[in-house]
Amino acid sequence: MGALKSTPAPTEHYDLSEKTGFSLRQIRVLHKRFKQLSEGDDVLRREDFLGISSLKYNPIRKEIIEAFFNRRNFSPSCEGRANEIDFEEFLVVMSHFKPPCSKMTDEQRKSIRREKLKFIFNMHDSDGDGLITLEDYRHVVEELLSRSGALGKETSRAIADAAMFEVARTVGHRDPDEFYEGITFEHFLKVRSQSALCFKKEEKWLIRCLMCGKGSRHMFLK
Amino acid sequence: MFSRMAPRGRSGLGRSLAELGLLLLAILVLLDGTVLSLEAATSSEIDTHEGKPGTHKNTSKKSFPVLGIKYDDVSVPFEISLWVLLASLMKLGFHLIPRLSNVVPESCLLISVGLLVGGILKLARDEVPPVLSDRIFFLCLLPPIILDAGYFLPIRPFVENIGTILMFAVVGTLWNAFFVGGLIYAVCQIAQDKYSEIDLSNIGILPCLLFGSIISAVDPVAVLAVFEEIHINELLHILVFGESLLNDAVTVVLYHLFEEFMESGSVSAVDALLGLVSFLIVALGGVLVGAFYGILAAFTSRFTSHTRVIEPLFVFLYSYMAYLSAEVFHLSGIMSLIACGAVMRPYVEANISHKSHTTIKYFLKMWSSVSETLIFIFLGVATVEGEHHWNWVFLTSTVVLCLVARVIGVVGLTFIINKFRIVKLTTKDQFIIAYGGLRGAIAFSLGFILHSEHKRIFLTAIITVIFFTVFVQGMTIKPLVELLAVKKKHEAKRSINEEIHTRFLDHLLTGIEDICGHYGHHHWKNKLNRFNKKYVKKILIAGDRSKEPQLIAFYHKLEMKNAIQMVESGGGSKLNSTFPSTVSMQNIQPKIHSPPSARPSERALPQLTKGREEEIRQILRTNLQKTRQRLQSYNRHTLVVDPDEEGFDDLILKKRRMMELDWKVCKTSSHKSSNAIYSQAYVKPGAENVPTIKIDLASPQSPDSVRLLDEVVQDQGLTMSLPSSSSRAYKTSGKDDGRDQQKLLRCLSDPGPDVDDDEDYDDDEPVPT
Repeated sequence: MGALKSTPAPTEHYDLSEKTGFSLRQIRVLHKRFKQLSEGDDVLRREDFLGISSLKYNPIRKEIIEAFFNRRNFSPSCEGRANEIDFEEFLVVMSHFKPPCSKMTDEQRKSIRREKLKFIFNMHDSDGDGLITLEDYRHVVEELLSRSGALGKETSRAIADAAMFEVARTVGHRDPDEFYEGITFEHFLKVRSQSALCFKKEEKWLIRCLMCGKGSRHMFLK
Repeated sequence: MFSRMAPRGRSGLGRSLAELGLLLLAILVLLDGTVLSLEAATSSEIDTHEGKPGTHKNTSKKSFPVLGIKYDDVSVPFEISLWVLLASLMKLGFHLIPRLSNVVPESCLLISVGLLVGGILKLARDEVPPVLSDRIFFLCLLPPIILDAGYFLPIRPFVENIGTILMFAVVGTLWNAFFVGGLIYAVCQIAQDKYSEIDLSNIGILPCLLFGSIISAVDPVAVLAVFEEIHINELLHILVFGESLLNDAVTVVLYHLFEEFMESGSVSAVDALLGLVSFLIVALGGVLVGAFYGILAAFTSRFTSHTRVIEPLFVFLYSYMAYLSAEVFHLSGIMSLIACGAVMRPYVEANISHKSHTTIKYFLKMWSSVSETLIFIFLGVATVEGEHHWNWVFLTSTVVLCLVARVIGVVGLTFIINKFRIVKLTTKDQFIIAYGGLRGAIAFSLGFILHSEHKRIFLTAIITVIFFTVFVQGMTIKPLVELLAVKKKHEAKRSINEEIHTRFLDHLLTGIEDICGHYGHHHWKNKLNRFNKKYVKKILIAGDRSKEPQLIAFYHKLEMKNAIQMVESGGGSKLNSTFPSTVSMQNIQPKIHSPPSARPSERALPQLTKGREEEIRQILRTNLQKTRQRLQSYNRHTLVVDPDEEGFDDLILKKRRMMELDWKVCKTSSHKSSNAIYSQAYVKPGAENVPTIKIDLASPQSPDSVRLLDEVVQDQGLTMSLPSSSSRAYKTSGKDDGRDQQKLLRCLSDPGPDVDDDEDYDDDEPVPT
């Protein structure tokens, strides 16, 4: 960590460390990155994200960027979208990708897992109504396949429909009177927990640099 | 013996097969016996005949032989076939006796059979053919098993755990070798057994180390044989199995190293350093050779679209060549085989036809299964054959030291590894990994080709360890797994949702890494994928397929598989659901989008009375409308289709339609019929204007569905006739339905590729495990 000056951390960092669970070192590193992305400003805007070159190849970059500005990710009670975020909110979003500490009770683990799944759920649900509808799902699949180029909308539609149908089937005996409008968060949780892969994925779901807080030498590559 | 088999049941069949097997054994023995006597007889005749041609010209004139025996010419192939037949019959027999095969793993039974056969042969002729010669083993028996393992290696878990696997394979094996070798030397020096004829203290340190290196390697054949039956979770399986594959490089290097040292007699520091360098060369060289042949195979498969019949041959030949080339240079043949299979698989599978894929899969499974069986039987025979030097001290200390070394090694390494792993290895995992370190035939073969004066005692010890691990550990691992409640393999199949979710997470994590600015794990993986897509795929995959992203390919496979299942289940539109669902595709539309006029009547009604006939008509009409829209969008399908797949498009369309119709009629079915997998409703002909919907569990097709099928197949527009006229249409379209069925069945004469190939260790039903 030779690149960073050893100034004493401002008090906000302590508060943030309490709130988000990052270590002070990690917060410093992220703060530096925040400053770099926002070009010295105190707030980040969407355009700043678009400046990251390697993000260009990512098929779901729009969803990722939106996730940063989605107020529902800041705290469970907020709604709507922000146009600019400050460092604290940036950290809150990043804290979803923190690895779990080894000393955690099962309760804490469960709640963290729930938060992570809520994050993904919000990413799928682009119109923000709390349900993943068929349109949302189709949109997601189209985005995922958008990099392939050669295929038309029908294929992605077929895939999205098949997937949606699979999920709907697992809901169970529904009253045929009801419409199945979309996947609610509870159902999403249930489906994910049945999936064999989910356990591994959740535990791998972290960014290594955030794990040890080091890597300042490798960072800040635009 | 074969007459009244059916009423006797499975055990009866098993017994009769066992009898057959014994009969074959007897034939084998007798043949060998009679061959010898016959050879003696005929050769002596010939000798006498030719030795004195002049004097005996007319004395021994035989009459023309009507029936003669000339066993010599075919003896070798005949005996080989007999052995293989014996092995296969034994395998059959074991599986027909369920009680036995549940308790005892197959490998133990096969070794016992080998012992039995060896014993019989020894008693009959006082000599046992040396069947497990190293050439047969390394050139013929081992490659199919390794190729099977490498070709179907689940790449994702393997690469994710590669660090752990390498640690166990390299460091673990080294530790085992030195620990066992060193301590055995110590034991030999200390132990002075007056009753044994072998002077243990004669054994130098180098032979001991050599012995240690042979016995320390975990054997892939044994691990495969035992672990396949216990179905533990994927992580443990890939850890132990991966270790057993990769430690071949270490074993090869150590073996050659110590042999060289024994020849030269002295060791210097330079030699040790050269040993290290040679390890790197052996390992990386093997992988490179394998990758090279893999790429060649992939490239060749690009041009095979006109000669589909020999496609599987290329796969096998290139892999075998990779193995042999690596062996030429003393590189690790196993690693090259694994690399070849793993590298060529994604490209070859994109190029070859479904039938070739099936052929490759089943041939590999068959060969590897036969090989494995033969190896175990020969192990039993070879045990009986050799002369053994029993020395209790040596044997027991070997076994104990092996166990202790393994446990200490695993525990120690896990302690270090857990610092770097996200998913930590628990104590239970460690126990299973340690307990699963089985030794097998590779150790035996390596011991067989030793040129040491202590060969016999080493061989005895190796056999003892093998027997101990396979019998004791193999038999007890299953109950232990149950006892410790180790997490079992999830039987759930991969669904589209999971695939999408996986891709989504991958991209998400890559994106977050980019935002952090950190070049992490995901970033490089992404880069590799992009490179792969941009350059490599274009070269190695023929035609359009190179552009197909993995999600689409996965989806196609899934569809194909479902369609085939559907046809096999009797042509009905059977849903792949474990319990009936009353969800229909239409129901999944959010309320806002559905046309408001149809909304009240779109609700499905479980029971109908006279007064609701209008609503029913409305329902059916709107549903027909909706499915029509859906069908039209699929008529213009732009799915990437292999042009060689006959009927694939029809299949997809048909399946789509079947599914939708099923959804539609499920909606109108009663709740009470929830026991049926599906229930169809059809309109009873002959009723008055009132269509009453009756639930019939056995009716194959609803007339609506038949009608729709009929229409689309003949490529007319959908006619909008109401259900009351369906009775007429029913009879005429029945025939078309039959025709479609036939067409489908003809196209699908083989089962397609297994969707979960690359993720599961599950084998299909027909494949013997």
